[in-house]
Amino acid sequence: MEKSIAELRETFKSGRTKSVSWRKKQLKAFLDLVNENEDSIFKALDQDLGKSPVESYRDELGIVKKSATYSLSCLDKWVAPKKGDLPLLLFPSKAEVIPEPLGVVLIFSAWNFPITLALDPLIGAISAGNTVLLKPSELAPACMSFLIQAIPQYLDNKAIKVIGGGADVGERLLELRWDKIFFTGSPRVGRLVMTAAAKHLTPVTLELGGKCPAIVHNTLSNPSKAKVTAKRIVGAKWGPCTGQACIAIDYVLVEEKSASTLIELLKKCIQRFYGGNLKELNSISRIVNKNQFQRLVNLMKDPHVAASVVYGGSVDEEQLVIEPTILLDPPLDSEIMNEEIFGPLLPIITVKNIEESIEFINSKPNPLVIYAFTEDETFKKRILSDTSSGSVTFNDAMIQFLCDSLPFGGVGQSGFGRYHGKYSFDTFSHEKSVLHRAFYPELEPRYPPWTNFKLMFIKLAYGFDYLGLMLLMLGFRKS
Amino acid sequence: MAIVSAGLFKHPTRSTGIAGVGLLGTFTYCHTYKINRVSFSSSIPSSYYCHATLSTTMEEVKSTFDADEAAVLVNKLRKTFNSGKTKSYEWRISQLESISKMVDEKEKEIIEALYEDLSKPQLEAYLSEILMVKSSSKLALKELKQWMIPKTAATSLASYPSSAEIVSEPLGVVLVISTWNFPFSLSLEPIIGAIAAGNAVVLKPSEIAPATSSLLSRLLGEYMDQSAIIVVEGAVAETSALLEQKWDKIFFTGGARVGRIVMAAAAKNLTPVTLELGGKCPAVVDSNVNLQVASRRIVAGKWVCNNGQACIGVDYIITTKEFAPKLIEALVSVVEEIFGRDPMESKERSCIINSFHFSRLVNLLDEDKVSDKIVFGGQRDGSQLQIAPTILLDVPEDSLIMQEEIFGPLLPIMTVERLEDSFAMINRKPKPLAAYLFSDDEQIEREFVQNVYAGGMAINDTILQVTVPSLPFGGVGESGMGAYHGKFSFDAFSHKKAVLYRSFAGNLRQGTRLTRQKNKSKSKPYSVETYLKLFLLYSDGLKTESMRTDPLDEGYGCPLFPYVMGKGK
Repeated sequence: MEKSIAELRETFKSGRTKSVSWRKKQLKAFLDLVNENEDSIFKALDQDLGKSPVESYRDELGIVKKSATYSLSCLDKWVAPKKGDLPLLLFPSKAEVIPEPLGVVLIFSAWNFPITLALDPLIGAISAGNTVLLKPSELAPACMSFLIQAIPQYLDNKAIKVIGGGADVGERLLELRWDKIFFTGSPRVGRLVMTAAAKHLTPVTLELGGKCPAIVHNTLSNPSKAKVTAKRIVGAKWGPCTGQACIAIDYVLVEEKSASTLIELLKKCIQRFYGGNLKELNSISRIVNKNQFQRLVNLMKDPHVAASVVYGGSVDEEQLVIEPTILLDPPLDSEIMNEEIFGPLLPIITVKNIEESIEFINSKPNPLVIYAFTEDETFKKRILSDTSSGSVTFNDAMIQFLCDSLPFGGVGQSGFGRYHGKYSFDTFSHEKSVLHRAFYPELEPRYPPWTNFKLMFIKLAYGFDYLGLMLLMLGFRKS
Repeated sequence: MAIVSAGLFKHPTRSTGIAGVGLLGTFTYCHTYKINRVSFSSSIPSSYYCHATLSTTMEEVKSTFDADEAAVLVNKLRKTFNSGKTKSYEWRISQLESISKMVDEKEKEIIEALYEDLSKPQLEAYLSEILMVKSSSKLALKELKQWMIPKTAATSLASYPSSAEIVSEPLGVVLVISTWNFPFSLSLEPIIGAIAAGNAVVLKPSEIAPATSSLLSRLLGEYMDQSAIIVVEGAVAETSALLEQKWDKIFFTGGARVGRIVMAAAAKNLTPVTLELGGKCPAVVDSNVNLQVASRRIVAGKWVCNNGQACIGVDYIITTKEFAPKLIEALVSVVEEIFGRDPMESKERSCIINSFHFSRLVNLLDEDKVSDKIVFGGQRDGSQLQIAPTILLDVPEDSLIMQEEIFGPLLPIMTVERLEDSFAMINRKPKPLAAYLFSDDEQIEREFVQNVYAGGMAINDTILQVTVPSLPFGGVGESGMGAYHGKFSFDAFSHKKAVLYRSFAGNLRQGTRLTRQKNKSKSKPYSVETYLKLFLLYSDGLKTESMRTDPLDEGYGCPLFPYVMGKGK
C-alpha cells in the first residue's frame, strides 16, 4: 500500500496529471469504461443491492456519464485563470486566481450508490489534475471488485488507483498523509476521518446524511397535482435504492386534515410502481446486508411504532426485502424519528398547521435536503429563511442531484464541502491568487522612515481618494 | 515545546495564541489529543479524556472561565442566532457601521495598544492594521447587498421546467481565534466576514498581545451588539474550554501545531474550519531585475512588516550564486537608508513579541553551522527584545533556520546554480502561504506560477496581494485551508444552500421564466449539444412502453421515474 501511494506522489510530482490533455484523456477513457462495461455494472449492482438495470442507469451510470461529459466540455473554461479586479493605485498590475491541483487525494465512497459515489468525486479529482486513491465500500463487494478490476484497464494506473478491503484498510489509509480526503458516509465515521485528517492538516469534504423531511402543504387539493406529489414522494422514498440514500425522503410532514388523502395516494402509487404485496414486489432494490436489515426491523419493533404502521410492514429476511412501509405518527421520541432511517420505512408526521413543520425541522440536526410541496410563495420564503439545510427542493425530490449548476453538500450534521459540476473541480483545487506587479511606478510612502506626509498618502490611498492624492502630491493639501 | 512537538506534530513552528503561556497546559492538552483523537480504534468515549484534561489544565492556570461557562455563553449566542436577529440585512449593516465607527473614534487607543504589545511604529500600525480593517468594513458595507442576493443557477433539461438558485445562509455561532502578530486586524478581519454573513461570533484574541486583547474586549463590548458578538480573553485554559463547545465554524489564525489541535477538536462536532497558518515564504530573485526597487520591496516585506513576524513576510531568499553578493549589497544599503547606520537604534521596527520568541530566534542564529554564515547584522539586545536586521548567506538546508518558519528579522539567502532550481527547492518544503518572484523574464514568471505550490503569489512585489480584496487569501497544505478577504470572507462564513424550484406541469410561466434567466446569464453551461446528449442519455430510461398510456402520467412528471411503470426487470 505504501508503495502504491509513493508511486501516486511520484506521478503527481512529475507534473503529468497537471496537463489538461492528460485530464481530458482520462475523462474520455473514463467514458469508455462506463460505456463498454454497462452490463458488468448492471450485474454488480444487481448482485450487491438488487437494483434493476433501469434504476442503475438512472441513479448511477447515467449520472457519472453525464458528469464526465459535462466536465470534458467545460474543462478548458474551468482551468483558465480568473481575473481579479485591482485598484487603480496598483496600476500597472495584474491579479488572477489560478486553480491548481491539491496533490494526492483519497476518496472514500459508500455502498448505497457504489458506482456514483465512487466515480462522481473521481471525475472531479481527475478534472482538477490530482492523483487519486479510491477506496470503495467493502459492503458492496461486487461493485468494489468491478472497480478494482476495470479502472486500471482504462485509466492511467500510475495516477489513479483503487484499493479494496474493509475498515482496517481504511484505518491504515487515514494514518497516511493526503492532500485532500473526500468522504461519503455516516457522521460517526466522518468524525474519525476528520480527526485523522487534522494530524496532517488535510482538508476534508464530508458528504454525510441526515433525516431529510418532505413537507406536503397545499398541493393535495388539486387532484392531478396531488397525484404528481404522491408519485414524486414515492419515487424519492422507495426509488433510490429503496430509501437507502442520503437524499431520500426520510419522513413526511403534513397537516392532520390531509394525512389520509396523502396516505391513500401513496398506497395507490406504491402498488402501481412496485406491486401489491411482499411476494410480488419488483423494480425495487433490497436491503444491503443482514446488519442493516436487522437495524431496520428493530426500528419497527417498538410496540408504539409497530402500532403506527398503516401500510406494509412485512419483511422477508432471506431475500433481505422489506415492503414499502408507511407509518402514521410514530412516537416522536422513538428511534425511528431520531436516527436516519436509510430504508423503506416512511413515517408521516401530522401537524395542526403546516407552519409548525418549520419548528419541527429546526428541532433536529440540519438535514442534507428539505423537500417542500407547496405553491404558497410566502411559505416557500419562510422555509428558505427559517430553516437550514444542505439544499432545498420545491415540488420535487431527488432531482437536484442532477443539476450540475447546483452545489451538492451538507451543512452542520449533514457534512461540509460541496461537489457536482464545477463545484467538484473546485473541491479538488486550490485557488492560488497571483499578483503580477511591474517595477514602476514605485509607491514611495510604503517605506519608512515614516513621516506625516506618508501617513496622509496611505490614508487617502486606502480610501481610493485619487483627487485627494493628487492634491497631496501637488502640495495643495496639508499633511 | 520541542518534546511535545516531536512526537505527534512534526513541524514545530511558531508558538502562537494558545501555546505561549502555560506550556505545561499545552502539553497536557496535546497529549490528550494524541491519545484521544488520533487513535482510530479507541473505544473509550472521547469526553472521558477531555474532562480529565480540562480539570488539570484548570488547576494549573487557575482560570475562572471553564467549559460550563463557555457552554452558557454559546447557548446565549445560539438563542440570539435562532431568534433570527443576526440574519437581517439591517443588523449586519448596523454592526459593520459600528466597527467602522469604532476604528475611526479609537484610532489612537488602538495604536497605543499595538505599541505597548509590539512597539509597532505608528505608521506601520496604521498601514497594516487600522487601514486594513477600515477598507474591509467599507467594502463589506458597500457590497453586502450584492453578496446576499441569491445567485441564479442554470437548470438542466432533466429537471425542466424548473429554476434554481444558490442562497447564502449564515452558519450559526462561530468562533474566531486570532493571533498576536497583527492582533487587531487578524481579529477584526474575520469578524467582519462573520458579521457580514449574519453569524453570532465569539472572538478569542491572543493573550500574547495583552494590551490589544483587553482593548478589543473593551471596545467590542462598547460598540457591538452584546447579545451576538462576545470577546473571551484568556490563554490555554480558556481556549480549551471554548474548543470543547459545539460551533458552526471555527476560524483559526496561528501556527500549524495548534491548527491541528483546533481541527481535531472541531472534528468531534463535525465543525468546518478555516485554518490560516504560516510557512516559510520564499522570495526568488532573478539577476535581471531592477535591484534598487526589488530590494526595497523585499525589505518592505521583511523588516517593515512587523519586523519579520508576519505569516506572509519573506522568510528566505533564493538567488543565483553570482548574483547573491550584489543583492546583499543592495539589501544592506536599503536597510541602512531606512533604519539608519545603526539599525539597533531605529524606532522604525517592531520589537520581538516576547522573550520566548527572542531566545528562539537567538537559538536559530547560534546554531553551529549557521552562526558563521552571518554576512550582515546579528546584533541582539535581550532587554529591548530587539535583533538587528540580519542576513545570512548559504546556510545548510538541514539547519533549523531553514526547517522552521523564522518569524523574525533573520533573512537567509540560499543560492542555486540556475534560477529554475529554486522551484524544486521550494517544492521540497511544505507548501508556503505565499511565494514571491522578482524577475523580468516572462518565461521564468510563467514557470514559477505554474510549478510552485503556494497559497498565493506576488510577482515583483511582496505582501501587496493581501490588500487586493478580489484575491482570496489563504493557504494550502501546511499553510492552512480555506480563504478569506473581501467576498471570500463572506463566503467563508456562509453555507451555499442550493434551491431548486419545480412546478407540477410544464406551464408557460415557468417556461418563460427559465428562458429569461438563460438569456440573462452570459455563460452558457449547457450547449445545445449537451442538451441533446443529456436527452439521449436519459431517453434510455424511457424505453418502457406502458408509460405513456399510464393514466397517472398525464403528460407531466419527471422523465426519471417512468421506468418504474414497466413491470418487472
